[in-house]
Amino acid sequence: MSAPDEMPAPADEVSGELRQETMIINMGPQHPSTHGVLRLLLELDGEQVIACQPIIGYLHTGIEKNTEYRTWQQGVVYVTRADYLSPFFNELAYCLAVERLLGIEAPSRAQVLRVMFCELNRISSHLVYLATGGLELGAISVMLYGFREREVILDIFEAATGLRMNHAYVRIGGVVMDLPDDGEDKIRSFLEMMPGRIGEYEALLAANPIWVQRNSGVGYLSAEDCLALGVTGPILRAAGVPADLRKDEPYSGYETYDFDVVTREEADAYARFAVRIEEMRQSLRIVAQCLERLREPGPVMVEDPKVAWPAKLPLWVDRNAKLYVGGFAGWLDDFRFGGVHTGDTVTMPEGVKLTGKAAYKIHFLGGRLNPAEHSVAQTIGIEHAGRVTTIEISPNGTMQQVETEVAPVNAKPEDKNVVPDKAKKE
Amino acid sequence: MTFLAQASGSIVDQWVSSFWIALLIKAVAVLGFFLVAPLAVGYMEHKVLAHMQSRFGPMEAGNFHGWAQLVADGVKFVQKEDVIPEAADPTVFSLAPAVALIPYIVLFVTIPFSKTVFAENLDIGVFFLLAMSSVSVIGVLMAGWSSANKFSLIGALRAAAQLIAYELPLVLATAAVVMQAGTMRLVGITEAQGHYWFVATQPIGFLIFMIAALAELTRPPFDMPVADSEIIFGAYTEYTGLKFAFFLLSEYGGIVALSAIASVLYLGGYRALPGLPIPEPLMMLGKITVLSFIVIWLRATYPRLREDQLQRFSWLVLIPLTLVQIMVVAILKVAMR
Repeated sequence: MSAPDEMPAPADEVSGELRQETMIINMGPQHPSTHGVLRLLLELDGEQVIACQPIIGYLHTGIEKNTEYRTWQQGVVYVTRADYLSPFFNELAYCLAVERLLGIEAPSRAQVLRVMFCELNRISSHLVYLATGGLELGAISVMLYGFREREVILDIFEAATGLRMNHAYVRIGGVVMDLPDDGEDKIRSFLEMMPGRIGEYEALLAANPIWVQRNSGVGYLSAEDCLALGVTGPILRAAGVPADLRKDEPYSGYETYDFDVVTREEADAYARFAVRIEEMRQSLRIVAQCLERLREPGPVMVEDPKVAWPAKLPLWVDRNAKLYVGGFAGWLDDFRFGGVHTGDTVTMPEGVKLTGKAAYKIHFLGGRLNPAEHSVAQTIGIEHAGRVTTIEISPNGTMQQVETEVAPVNAKPEDKNVVPDKAKKE
Repeated sequence: MTFLAQASGSIVDQWVSSFWIALLIKAVAVLGFFLVAPLAVGYMEHKVLAHMQSRFGPMEAGNFHGWAQLVADGVKFVQKEDVIPEAADPTVFSLAPAVALIPYIVLFVTIPFSKTVFAENLDIGVFFLLAMSSVSVIGVLMAGWSSANKFSLIGALRAAAQLIAYELPLVLATAAVVMQAGTMRLVGITEAQGHYWFVATQPIGFLIFMIAALAELTRPPFDMPVADSEIIFGAYTEYTGLKFAFFLLSEYGGIVALSAIASVLYLGGYRALPGLPIPEPLMMLGKITVLSFIVIWLRATYPRLREDQLQRFSWLVLIPLTLVQIMVVAILKVAMR
């Protein structure tokens, strides 16, 4: 499909002479839109972007390597920072993988809490998409509305986990603690408020002629291209593929919840907007179901003291006011896996960030006893600005291969004429 | 046409016999108005935007709801280092803010606040206004060219292209009003709206005028020349301190100016609604405030158009509509003579 709002062809296609030199411009990393994390080398013909070379890697935090030098328990604290918009998803993927290696399963109440926080997290992440997307298009009110509602969600997170971001709440074997006393009320009032607010966003944008013009037909990426590039999440669903790991490979009991997979056919930026808006509603449905299930009390962590948080271990203080924790050293020493597990993989849907990332995977490759010998490798598809990067780390922990593929996400592969929006927005 | 005969003089001329003293008083009054009104609009923008976006806006400066925030900003701008990029053309770079700002000051010379409260009632009033309002873009073009910054240059070219595209509907819409009023004097146009405001006969013209004015001011949704998520701040990217403040002042001054012009042309200028005992200057100020509020309101509501959509909108929608408008006015004018 070609975008309906194409810019006119460059002059040289008409006369062969009019075209003057093009302008090479460096957009980022210091730029209001890329704020230090992305650099786009653009070739401009007037207002038209005729070539775009994305340069990435400004935001590498070395999480994979760091986890190699930590215990399994400590790994949670690292992976939660991998994507600050979806900390619960990062933690959950990591913990599910370790739990699979251990052969344990979190208690049912912990699973409900995990699902609930993931869905709240999905809403907050979609809100950041909406807010920053609005900001890029000059809709500053939408920006503030999105962050306003996200703040309510972050308050809930803070009440439950103590932190607004990077919670380290999901732990191996369960979650770190149960909801606080007022947690349920906070979530309930959020559930009452949010549908109206989503309606507000729709009223402000869905039929806004400028919003429609700026988004429909822009950033077209067909289902085939999505699959070829490994694009999942809302972008793939906006291309008409009902791919959702919550339905396809359910984890944490997602198969027992009642919700719909939202799809659109247009495969453009507007379809992604519509999909995300509707997904927020579906997430609200799931959270409401979670609240019903949370009426039943129960443990939120497995009983095994080698795995669980050592809260029940004996404590004592000596004459010099030094704190001693009995058995803590054993917990800190980490549990060790008996057998060899190679290539255990847990896959879960992420697809919540601005651009809708690839399914978030955590692999443990090779190794035997502790993380230093198991390498943790993540495969994250970064398709911001059309680049897909695959970083694989070998079993011995050294970076074996770094593959980068540059592919125009915005248009058909042979189509180099993309207008500024297409190069940038999706 | 009786109102043409009422060639009323300015109130200053009636009081002061000396030409030079009258000129001085007029100049001070115009400058004073220009230094106060844009600040008021700027403060209104802070507050209106804030409340539309569920926040407070400035609350500290001046104690009462941050009313002195813009004064504080001005003091801050004065203190800032005046940076001129090494590769820039310093003369043009320094001259540009003045070129952008002064036309909007000069423009207030002709705005009438009552039958007698104005500085000059020029014969070519409307023509003068439109000419002045488009000089400003030369300053923007100078700024973009002399900054030696590619983003500035793109912003300046966008501003120039936008001016060309939207000056035409602006002029054509105004032409229809001038045809109906039969005069280009602003007092004359206001007096011609004695029975009804021209917005009643030319509602589409009013809409087009406001849209084109927004575009000429590069206000959202037509703020492509300063689109910060794309070209940082367009032509003003390299400016700091007072020079930057001048550009900001010219933007707010522009809002006041275009609102004033629109209320003279379409909303009966200083004329009150029948039966409303409101002094004429207050009536004019009220109309300017309402129109400025709408300009700010639009910023809170709309995303920005893309450059090609912006150009297409003017050439394919606005200009044909204004041509039809002129034709209709001309036919009616002849038919109802």
